[in-house]
Amino acid sequence: MCAALLLAGSLFGGAPAAAADEVVVAVASNFAAAARALATRFESTTDHEVTLVTGSTGKLYAQIVRGAPFDVFLAADAVRPARLVDEGRALADSRRVYALGRLVLWSRSPARFERLGPEALARGGFRHLALANPDLAPYGRAARETLRALDLETGLAGRLVFGENVGQTFALVASGNAELGFVAASQLVARDDVGSGWLVPRDLHAPIRQEGVLLARSAGNAAARSFFDALVSREGKRTIEAAGYEVP
Amino acid sequence: MTSFALSAVDPAPIWITLQLATWTTVLLFVIGTPIAWWLARTRSRARPFVEAVTSLPLVLPPTVLGFYLLILMSPDAALGGLWLSLTGGTLTFSFSGLVVASMLYSLPFMVQPLAAAFEAVGRGPIEAAASLGASPADAFLRVAVPLSKRSFLTAGVLTFSHTLGEFGVVLMVGGNIPGSTRVLSIAIYDHVETLRYAEAHALAAGLLAFSFAVLVLVYAFDRRARVRVG
Repeated sequence: MCAALLLAGSLFGGAPAAAADEVVVAVASNFAAAARALATRFESTTDHEVTLVTGSTGKLYAQIVRGAPFDVFLAADAVRPARLVDEGRALADSRRVYALGRLVLWSRSPARFERLGPEALARGGFRHLALANPDLAPYGRAARETLRALDLETGLAGRLVFGENVGQTFALVASGNAELGFVAASQLVARDDVGSGWLVPRDLHAPIRQEGVLLARSAGNAAARSFFDALVSREGKRTIEAAGYEVP
Repeated sequence: MTSFALSAVDPAPIWITLQLATWTTVLLFVIGTPIAWWLARTRSRARPFVEAVTSLPLVLPPTVLGFYLLILMSPDAALGGLWLSLTGGTLTFSFSGLVVASMLYSLPFMVQPLAAAFEAVGRGPIEAAASLGASPADAFLRVAVPLSKRSFLTAGVLTFSHTLGEFGVVLMVGGNIPGSTRVLSIAIYDHVETLRYAEAHALAAGLLAFSFAVLVLVYAFDRRARVRVG
């Protein structure tokens, strides 16, 4: 009975009647932990409620196009938000970079790679280097750009293995199946056993710009707008930085 | 039409998938037949447990299988470490690893039809053969197998076609390496995600048509043995 009510609540949560005090945020998986921290803070300082829906940027985009009841979209790239604005599904003036992702070359075992970096990559001594699929995932594209900038892409071609996204890539390295891999700095923030990592310099790849937009259907939703503003407030930026991102 | 688009499609995932399905089916005949035979004839109290284990891949999401396989096949784990010391390569990110994963994933599709067929044969013919002097192996090969040959076909075809469609497990343990572990379903997924719908259509329509034809053949040929798996 209770479960049925809860289910009904979540099913109809996006309906206009309930939307005044509720914000449904569609968030790219890599930003989920940071979004949770932001949502908790937002809920404690306002009387609004935040519901987070996580997924890949591409799938969330496809859901929005088909009328998903989201108010705010926090993407992992700049492409999908721009497209939503072009299509009239998101408010042009709301579009902004809310976080910049940092890429880390990471290994679970510090003993194996005392100093990770371009030299360690060039030297070899590993079987598999994991990265996210460069055609699908922003962190994968940045990883490929980094390998190209270091002139290592062809030399390492036989050792590259691909995760569907940066989350799966992290799992490949964390489970020890790949000795090292390109992961997101935000994924390492919450871990105790940090292993060894090399923060990839910004100039080796195009910035990983994560953009957010307010969706057009929620133009009149004051709660959604104030959540969106909270993202770029000083407190919001501090929360995002603490989660392993940079802010513009 | 898909014919013009086919020329633009990289054929490597098709060949890898066909090889994977072939290896999986052949090896599962070897492993699945004794399991099915044992299940059909045993009075052991362990039977429900063995039966449950062989059916688990039907009910578990492929990501659960893939996640545990990723852990088991890691070079730090017993299975992965043993493989590494025997072959010099890792089990994850290799074609061999995909075969191991697929065998687990398709196990019920081999064992269930065979066990049902062996049960239908019953004890009578086997005991009659034994009383005429046939060894247990003779009774199995000359009585049970010929009486179950349609179910062998069903089990083989279902295992083969089920492996063709495998996605979640190989996505986790394969590493999506072109020419080695990028199978058909993953190639289709990548094409859809990157909006290359023409290539996706060519591969997806081919898989759909092939799978449909296979099932029609199975149902037309094997009218008696109802396929219990979905």
